[in-house]
Amino acid sequence: MFEWRRRREPSKAMLYLSPLIAIGLTMLTGMLVFGAIGYDGLRAVTAIFVTPLIEPQRWADLGVKAAPLIMIALGLAIGFRANVWNIGAEGQYVMGAIAGTGVALLTHDMTGWWILPAMALAGIAGGAAWAALPALLKVRLQVSEILTSLMLTYVAVQFLYYLVRGPWKDPDGFNFPQTKMFSTSQTLPAVAEGSLVHVGVPLAVVLALVAWFVLSKTVAGYAVRVVGRAPAAARHGGFDANRVTWSVLLAGGGLAGLAGLLEAAGPFGQLTPQFPVGYGFTAIIVAFLGRLSPVGIVFAALVLAVTYVGGEIAQSTVRLPSAATGMFQALLLFFLLATDVLVRWRLAFRARPA
Amino acid sequence: MTQPPDQTAPSRLALAHVSKSFPGVKANQDISLSVRPGEIHALLGENGAGKSTLVKIIYGVQRADEGGISFDGRPVEIASPKAARKLGIGMVFQHFSLFDGMTVLENIALGLDETVPAEELKARIRAILDSYSLPLDPDREVHTLSVGERQRIEIVRCLLQKPKLLIMDEPTSVLTPQEVERLFETLRQIAREGCSILYISHKLHEIKALCEAATILRGGKVVATCDPRIETTRRMAELMIGAELKHLQRPSGGGKAGAARLSVDKLDMPGEPPFGTSLKGVSFSAQAGEILGIAGVAGNGQAELLMALSGEHLAGQPDAIRLDGRPIGLANAGARRAAGLACVPEERNGHAAVPEFTLAENVVLTARHRLPLAPSGLIRQGPVEAYAKDVIARFDVRITGPGALAGSLSGGNLQKFIMGREIGQKPDVLVVAQPTWGVDAGAAAAIRQALVDLAAQGSAIVVISQDLDELLELSDRLCVINEGRLSQARPVAGLKLEEIGLMMGGVHGESHVAEPAHV
Ligand SMILES: Nc1ncnc2c1ncn2[C@@H]1O[C@H](COP(=O)(O)OP(=O)(O)OP(=O)(O)O)[C@@H](O)[C@H]1O
Ligand SMILES: [Mg+2]
Repeated sequence: MFEWRRRREPSKAMLYLSPLIAIGLTMLTGMLVFGAIGYDGLRAVTAIFVTPLIEPQRWADLGVKAAPLIMIALGLAIGFRANVWNIGAEGQYVMGAIAGTGVALLTHDMTGWWILPAMALAGIAGGAAWAALPALLKVRLQVSEILTSLMLTYVAVQFLYYLVRGPWKDPDGFNFPQTKMFSTSQTLPAVAEGSLVHVGVPLAVVLALVAWFVLSKTVAGYAVRVVGRAPAAARHGGFDANRVTWSVLLAGGGLAGLAGLLEAAGPFGQLTPQFPVGYGFTAIIVAFLGRLSPVGIVFAALVLAVTYVGGEIAQSTVRLPSAATGMFQALLLFFLLATDVLVRWRLAFRARPA
Repeated sequence: MTQPPDQTAPSRLALAHVSKSFPGVKANQDISLSVRPGEIHALLGENGAGKSTLVKIIYGVQRADEGGISFDGRPVEIASPKAARKLGIGMVFQHFSLFDGMTVLENIALGLDETVPAEELKARIRAILDSYSLPLDPDREVHTLSVGERQRIEIVRCLLQKPKLLIMDEPTSVLTPQEVERLFETLRQIAREGCSILYISHKLHEIKALCEAATILRGGKVVATCDPRIETTRRMAELMIGAELKHLQRPSGGGKAGAARLSVDKLDMPGEPPFGTSLKGVSFSAQAGEILGIAGVAGNGQAELLMALSGEHLAGQPDAIRLDGRPIGLANAGARRAAGLACVPEERNGHAAVPEFTLAENVVLTARHRLPLAPSGLIRQGPVEAYAKDVIARFDVRITGPGALAGSLSGGNLQKFIMGREIGQKPDVLVVAQPTWGVDAGAAAAIRQALVDLAAQGSAIVVISQDLDELLELSDRLCVINEGRLSQARPVAGLKLEEIGLMMGGVHGESHVAEPAHV
């Protein structure tokens, strides 16, 4: 007979092992499910989880997909640490891209080194402004940021559709719903001549290091951690929970907005209705898979990038539907939350009750 | 250390060579003890000696690494609290697990392992309340009850299971003298009926009055057994700490009041709904060099007063609270600390300290305003750790290592650390609630001495406590808080313990008249 026993203290080993167990269970379940409905389950799982890692020509793509995930997840994790549950990063990501694109369209005839930084600043501001609304509602009226941030995502996406179909539609674009292509001064340079990897990728890693430093070495980061862990102690120590709510939402929105702008000025090169690919939601999985720690997030983003790249490979080789990527990501989150139980509880064998 | 086998009846509880380790510390080592049926057995020891760990093993909350337990002569395996209750072991924890918004009856029903129809349960509760003459109304909501009454709920909950062994971990730290006396009568009656009691307390005169045997732990080992009825409290304290006990050293020429450092003038503050007590026109001042004691039964506004003084709840007007004459009523907790006013709330875990943080991280929580630990927002690891080490050494905090989490410390050791963290900053005004709550005799003496020394250097100290002995020993003047109102402060010289006890108990219907105290 098995029974769950509560651990005296959370298990450190399980804290790091449970994400790996979750990945393993995701692969196993995916294999069985796709096997059961007539695909070659083993090949599908290999294509998704292994091929992107062993084929060097895929690595650039991994980096490009991981970069926005890292940035968004960093912002989310900082908020989650403070018990602020922003799940509308997708909307902030879109608004960041819109604000940055606004600058791009205004400066389309100009050249200069300052244009990209100006677009980036606008992106940060756009994302932060979109996150300011849930912050205001939470601090002033105690409205749950979970609902407001999520609902605002749909507003942002509709706003994007309106812009690319209306005022921002490229006049020379054969009536396609898309903006003008960005100019060279408005497009992210690659890290090296001919590489697909744009400067946003190293920037994401640098931002992770900065986030680690801020969280663990500064009073501001301490405030975030203490407000999340022990609100009464935070107040006793003179920390203002409202201020922390504001700053983590603005930081999270700003990071998502920056990620959005980098995606627009990098891989997309313009805004189209296909722009919102769901990075803002996937980043929630990244944040938890990375245990809300900046360094963990870098690795977790790579894992999720693998599922994106691998999902594309599996579409062409095993003919898996494109929805399979989303399914694998959802399975991963599901198993991650499920295996989390192992951190605080353990499965014990009991011979017979006395 | 095994006891000679009892000829007449098997021991109710016998531990043989029980050991339990946590990472870096042997909390219990080779502990053997036995408790006879109907015996009230004290478990004594310094903070961190392993008392709570031992009783948690007996109650099935924790598992021993080695050793055996037998109950009524049979070897048993106690895997969970439920298994313990099945055997007939009940435990009253220091922190009650009660729901404020529910009635006594509902709370008891929730804690039972089997479901009993409400009417039958009520009848059984009434029967217990009658036979032990415990005053408690099963239909009252818990938030309207005093701490002593809440404790009775836990006791009734245990008695319903007809226990053969009742464990009490520091049950009296929050009771008034009258409530303590009433508790003791109940416990004596329970024991007369054959139930054994394992009793943990740091208050040695209570042990003397109640217990007939004692096992003394130090560093996780049994160092002595004694009969508390014939031992002096001083001797027991010395057995516990393994050294001589120091007397409180008062500075010569003390009692001269200096200028008012903290003055509170007609402070009103609505209590937090639903269960808070409102402060009504609280006025007092604390002068340089003095210790002002505030006595009172828990729940009469002490917590609210502390939060109002610390800046966690802000007073409406700036000049309701003044520090050295400067109005600080609108300053938040951080600004007040920077200005020189430090506070220590009663609740250690989650309020005065973050249990999941290391001790060094907990230094940053309240010491960063007055010490250069994080100028310009960057935490300086070196000074932070140095200060933590300094506090740990000066206040003899027993820990497993420098990375110890606050939550892994024994209750008393965490209290020592928190007191040390505040006193070490030399605040101009220090307000503390229950400064020696759960702290052993030796460490309590050290903390009181540190408070007296701080006052001697010109700080003003306000001690909010329910421990009258402590208040009388420490304070120069004393006042009582009662339903959110504060009495006039009176010089301690000439005040009688019973007199104040009755003033405090008055809230709950007992007479204000100082009738001849038969306590
Ligand atoms: N969960 C735990 N994890 C790690 N160490 C622990 C844990 N619980 C207790 N300890 C350690 O075991 C030792 C004994 O602690 P215990 O709580 O039994 O002491 P105590 O005698 O009850 O002290 P006090 O009088 O202060 O309550 C201490 O050194 C304590 O730090
Ligand atoms: Mg204890």
